[in-house]
Amino acid sequence: MSPRGRQAAPDEKTVGTAAGPSLEKAAAVADDLPEAASPEELAAQWEAEKPEPAGLTTNVVLALLVIGFGGAGVVGSLALGTGSLGEPGPGTWPLVVSSAIALLGLVLLVQARATSDTERFTSDSWVVPPAVLTLVPFAYLIEIVGFEIPSVVLAFVWLKVLGREGWRTSVVGALLMTVSFYLIFVTALGVSLPHLF
Amino acid sequence: MDIAPVIDGFGVVLQPENLLYCLIGVVVGMLVGVLPGLGPAATIAILLPLTYAVEPVTAIIMLAGIFYGAQYGGTITSVLLRLPGEASSVVTVFDGYALARQGKAGTALGIAAIGSFVGGTVSIIALTLVAPFIASFALDFGPPEYTMLALLGILLVAAVGNGSRTKAFVAAAIGLLLATVGRDGFTGAERFTFESLSMADGLDFVPIAMGIFGLAEILHSLENRGKLGKPPAKVSNPWPSRKDLKQSSGAIGRGSVIGFVLGILPGGGAVLSSLAAYGLEKKRSKTPERFGKGAIEGVAAPESANNAAATSSFIPLLTLGIPANATIAVIFGALLIQGITPGPGLVEDHPELFWGVVNSMYIGNILLLMMSIPLVGLFVKILTIRASIMAPITVLITLIGVYTVNNNSFDIVLVIVFGVLGYLMKKAGFEPGPLVLAFVLGSLLESNARRSLILFDGDVAGFATRPISGTLLAVLVVVLVLPLLGFVLRRSLAGRSGPAAPGPGGGVTGETPSDSPSDTPTDTPSDTDAPEGRTKESSR
Repeated sequence: MSPRGRQAAPDEKTVGTAAGPSLEKAAAVADDLPEAASPEELAAQWEAEKPEPAGLTTNVVLALLVIGFGGAGVVGSLALGTGSLGEPGPGTWPLVVSSAIALLGLVLLVQARATSDTERFTSDSWVVPPAVLTLVPFAYLIEIVGFEIPSVVLAFVWLKVLGREGWRTSVVGALLMTVSFYLIFVTALGVSLPHLF
Repeated sequence: MDIAPVIDGFGVVLQPENLLYCLIGVVVGMLVGVLPGLGPAATIAILLPLTYAVEPVTAIIMLAGIFYGAQYGGTITSVLLRLPGEASSVVTVFDGYALARQGKAGTALGIAAIGSFVGGTVSIIALTLVAPFIASFALDFGPPEYTMLALLGILLVAAVGNGSRTKAFVAAAIGLLLATVGRDGFTGAERFTFESLSMADGLDFVPIAMGIFGLAEILHSLENRGKLGKPPAKVSNPWPSRKDLKQSSGAIGRGSVIGFVLGILPGGGAVLSSLAAYGLEKKRSKTPERFGKGAIEGVAAPESANNAAATSSFIPLLTLGIPANATIAVIFGALLIQGITPGPGLVEDHPELFWGVVNSMYIGNILLLMMSIPLVGLFVKILTIRASIMAPITVLITLIGVYTVNNNSFDIVLVIVFGVLGYLMKKAGFEPGPLVLAFVLGSLLESNARRSLILFDGDVAGFATRPISGTLLAVLVVVLVLPLLGFVLRRSLAGRSGPAAPGPGGGVTGETPSDSPSDTPTDTPSDTDAPEGRTKESSR
């Protein structure tokens, strides 16, 4: 099924006669884009491109985590004092909700073998922890040194290290972004954002 | 109905300053909504801080602009990148992308903008007429009715989502638990604050929504980089020809009506209506074989329907105070922060606010139509910017934005925490929508449940004996039991042919929505079941 063969088949007439672009132009655009698939093929393709589901161990650990979270909630709610149904205390509602979480965790545990909606962590996932780590100093530094330096550093790391951009793009990009944000937030909107300059 | 407040509302909305903010909202909403990975809920969440710098009425108007802009942003990626912004744009991909390949991306986007405008407008007019009546009906609701209503809203959103129902319920329950953090309104006891002063007043909605929708999506798309398609270098004239308009006018009209009606249903309204509208057009068409290969009606119908549905899902919010899906939940949170509590009392007590919200939707919709077609070229340019450059920009907008809401760096920490949580939830197959929705409704649900219990003197049966809360309870039971029944039935049928029973996740959820529209050809829902799971963002 060549892209051009499929593309030309039923629509030749419409494309040719409509006010739209000529056939040659359409073919040129078609070369630019990946093949248009029928809904069925598209569905199948999306299905195939889906990240691989995680294994049984992950599902079991996940279910246990949910149970644990619910359990912790139950303990915390009991400590708050649960009152009675006629006179609910501060812990009554959290107790109901936490018990539900723990119970649903048990259901997840039972279903663990049939679960396939998880995404396996791949080598690409390694980009996420360092990305998160760059955000933390931003939170702590913004009130001490203003937002400019943390912004430049964050943008630079995301461009150069995480985005594998070149040196020039990274440096210029980081500076440009920070200057734009300064102009938008400080100069134009006048919001009280801690800033150095 | 009293007309005066409606007209007054227009007077407010049409002030030049408000129009300007609405315009900014539409443009910024489209700009961010067009970024792959960010659906409407994420877009609105990220842009929430922008609305705090201005006064309430202006903020609502800007919000309406952002809402419509974000919706349309998702359409642009559907047509150009084959990447639907949310589940309700999945069907648009089939014919929209086929048109793009024929060099007619502009036509597809133009017709989508016109369809969205018509669908939205039809829906707002109907909303204007219907909402005050529903609200007056709901004025008699007491705590038990609200308890049931909130519970039903959360359950429905969790039940109609993609993926595992159990996990959606877990997410909703976690949202409810998060809502209890802070000082208890009844007893003053501090709950789950871990002696932290920052948490004594409870967790703020904005950092949670921004983290779980916004940052989580950014982190998740970091690892999926390079798997995106490339947009066409140039998009043709977006003004549809007379022939295109004539061909799609019927589809737009029918789509608008389907969208309005189905959109009132909680949760899946927009998705269901886009499927139903597409199916109906394909069935009515004399040349159904064109569908999926670039039929203009195949873009017009679902886009009119999903915008009409997105608009009519404001009805439960504005009349009952119950958001119908995750995107509306974000709007609900934003309105609460502006000091507006959506609910039955809003029309009566604050008509200027109620009609301000409704009328700003009219304006947002018109501005969307005016801006989207001329700006199509600009959006295509944005799509060609590399993800590695867009990512730091969106991250910085999120971090700086959330700080400006309360001038509190603890909010940045919260965004990071919930961003990581949202990322992990996505990996683990938990939808973020139910969590955010449940968090927003959590304190309303708890306080009404507790008031009801005090009212009933601890007798839970009281919920069943009052007529309205009893009816709602019955609906709730049906929602919970029906899919279980279906599952058991299928299991026993499948049991005969072999042990390979479908997993409860994918099997059950697909059935519920696709059973109801009887006029949908059987192939349409099954075509689209699978892709729904891969939308950029599940916004319910």
